[in-house]
Amino acid sequence: MAADTRQRPKRRLSPAFLLILPSIIFMLLLFAWPMVSGVLQAVRSPDGFSMIYINRMLADPGFWAAVRNTLLLIVVLLPLQFLLALVMALLLQAKPKGQGIYFYLWAVPLGVSDLAAGLVWLSIFADRGYLNSVMDTLGIGPVSWLSYQNYGSMFLAVVIAELWRATSLVMVIVVSGMQGIPKDYDEAANVFGATYLQRLRHVWLPLLKPSLQVALILRTILAFQTFAVAWALTGQDFQVLVGETYRWYTALQNPNVASALALVVMALSMLAAVVYLRVLRDDTGSGK
Amino acid sequence: MTESFFTKAISRRQALQIGAGVTVAPFLIGSLSGCSGASTSGGGAFSFLSTQFTPVEEKQRFEKILGSRVKDVKVSYNSMAVGDFTTQVTSQVKAGKVSIGMVGGLHGDLAPLAANLQDLDSLAKEMSGAGIGDDLWKLAKLGGSTTKYIPWMQATYVVAVHKSALAWLPSGADVKKLTYEQYLDWAIAAKKAAGKPVFGFPAGSKGLYHRFFQGFLLPSFTGGQITTFSSPEAVTAWTYMQHLWANMNPASTNYDNLQEPLARGEILVGWDHVARLVDAPKAKPGDWLMVPAPSGPKGLGYMLVVAGFGVLKGADLAKASTVIKALSQPATQIEVLRQNAFFPVVKATIPTDLPPAVLLEADAAASQRASSNALLSLPPVGLGTKDGEVSQVFKDCFTQICKEGKAPAVVLGQQAKILQGILDEVKVPCWAPDPVTAGETCKVG
Repeated sequence: MAADTRQRPKRRLSPAFLLILPSIIFMLLLFAWPMVSGVLQAVRSPDGFSMIYINRMLADPGFWAAVRNTLLLIVVLLPLQFLLALVMALLLQAKPKGQGIYFYLWAVPLGVSDLAAGLVWLSIFADRGYLNSVMDTLGIGPVSWLSYQNYGSMFLAVVIAELWRATSLVMVIVVSGMQGIPKDYDEAANVFGATYLQRLRHVWLPLLKPSLQVALILRTILAFQTFAVAWALTGQDFQVLVGETYRWYTALQNPNVASALALVVMALSMLAAVVYLRVLRDDTGSGK
Repeated sequence: MTESFFTKAISRRQALQIGAGVTVAPFLIGSLSGCSGASTSGGGAFSFLSTQFTPVEEKQRFEKILGSRVKDVKVSYNSMAVGDFTTQVTSQVKAGKVSIGMVGGLHGDLAPLAANLQDLDSLAKEMSGAGIGDDLWKLAKLGGSTTKYIPWMQATYVVAVHKSALAWLPSGADVKKLTYEQYLDWAIAAKKAAGKPVFGFPAGSKGLYHRFFQGFLLPSFTGGQITTFSSPEAVTAWTYMQHLWANMNPASTNYDNLQEPLARGEILVGWDHVARLVDAPKAKPGDWLMVPAPSGPKGLGYMLVVAGFGVLKGADLAKASTVIKALSQPATQIEVLRQNAFFPVVKATIPTDLPPAVLLEADAAASQRASSNALLSLPPVGLGTKDGEVSQVFKDCFTQICKEGKAPAVVLGQQAKILQGILDEVKVPCWAPDPVTAGETCKVG
């Protein structure tokens, strides 16, 4: 007994800790460790810590083009996607005939891999693709949509393909958010004579804010990782950050610079997430 | 279907399939090198490890040649990517347990392994009557005083010409002895007359266009590659390239090889690797010419791709010599040319029953090499995994100067710093056509 009382003050692991221990080990092994080694790979050369890989990345003419393209893509793509997704969700909300079919049709791109989506759109925009065949039949003449000389049309092609591929994700989140909103609010506003736009502005959108926030963070992080669609459509003429990471890792066989690029993607994603969380903070909730 | 449908999709798709494999690549590479390590040590067959003929069809064709031409020794042939090859060789020699009988690789693959290779002077002496050129024997010394490898086979780059383009050749120009000025004038005249640019360039993501700058354009204008990288002559060369590019088919940025667009008639004239031109004249050989690359103020710069046989320290030299001698027979080397489109290094009469495209190329390659002002360049030597980054420097120069229209002097100044950074990291001496000083890191000029 005496031995027991002496041992009791010795800290015992709480059951809660034991329960989360597996996931902590899991996270450390599969998340923290690769991340730390990735960071080290970017900043450590054989002679110790150095900036050579980061400087190498910054000096590469492809890097700034990739940053510009990726940011431009996000700025143009996201508002369009949210607008479209909201319209689609509201249309479904109106319960048209066959709404189930619409929902599944609109959700189809979710199940298509981005590479396959890129190749589908490539068959449309390529020099001898479907779009040019149609235009040729109409006598308008073919356009090299994906030529490096037509930055505008190349960018547009990537935007359209990404819009098709990734809008459904936002739609699914928004639809599920809408289903969680009680009908009472809308009906009450209706009784007080609010118009459709007023109800949208003052009832639906504020209540949808949490789902929109989730969708926004998810989509932005995913948009920073855009790669396969742009690669399939334009090769290296429309560089994006993850595409550059891939090129440095495989074609140029320099994992250090590839890690530095991956760090940039991570930093930008984290920054975007923090900004969203702050800007879209639910003030009414925190005031409770 | 692939012919009629856009080729862009096909090449991209292939690129992406490779991309999809990237995630599993480390495991595959690991298991592959493990396999070959095991197979080289067992079975009793004499192991020949090489960086050449990695595509499976080429490998099978070469194995057939080995089986029928090398009678005295049973050879097992393994080919792998150069990185794994280097690791295998150095680790076996370091461990003192050499199970690889002999190695085969490009000059640039073998150069970093010089310390692991036996001196082959006596074998070279025995083979002195084979008709291997003196320039090749000199290369085979890898900058030292003894022969480190026996030349095996060679390839180069030439210009393919559809005969219909000859109509626009500038007056007084000989298509087999073009200067770069005439080449440009020809491109301009052809573009004007045909209503669209008909000159192509393998500037796709897997194209070999960087070799044009490294081995042809820059040596012809500057006499060097690295030591004259940002010289005034290099600025002239790149300014020339700007003009030439403006008169080339802009779809060239999608060409991984020129044989397909040439065969389709999309372009009529273009420079590329012989193995990437060989299918162009297949349908109508009579319509085609293959000619040497143009020459510039400093001569006719051309790049030679040469492969050689080496014997590792600790390996059975007698057996290796038997295999090397058998593979150096003219008839065997002709068979390699017929099957895998690599040219013989030994004196061999090219039979007339070869595919016509190979005959055209053989002729062009021979006259390119025999030209009085020929200036030999090599693909970068000893860069190992940095080879891609050095090539990227030349590709970036092209992108910025030709596609984006930036001033050559500014771009070359920036890229020179990057290039020097890479060379400082690997600490390799220069390679031909730059002066080679063993043990001294190459300086970008």
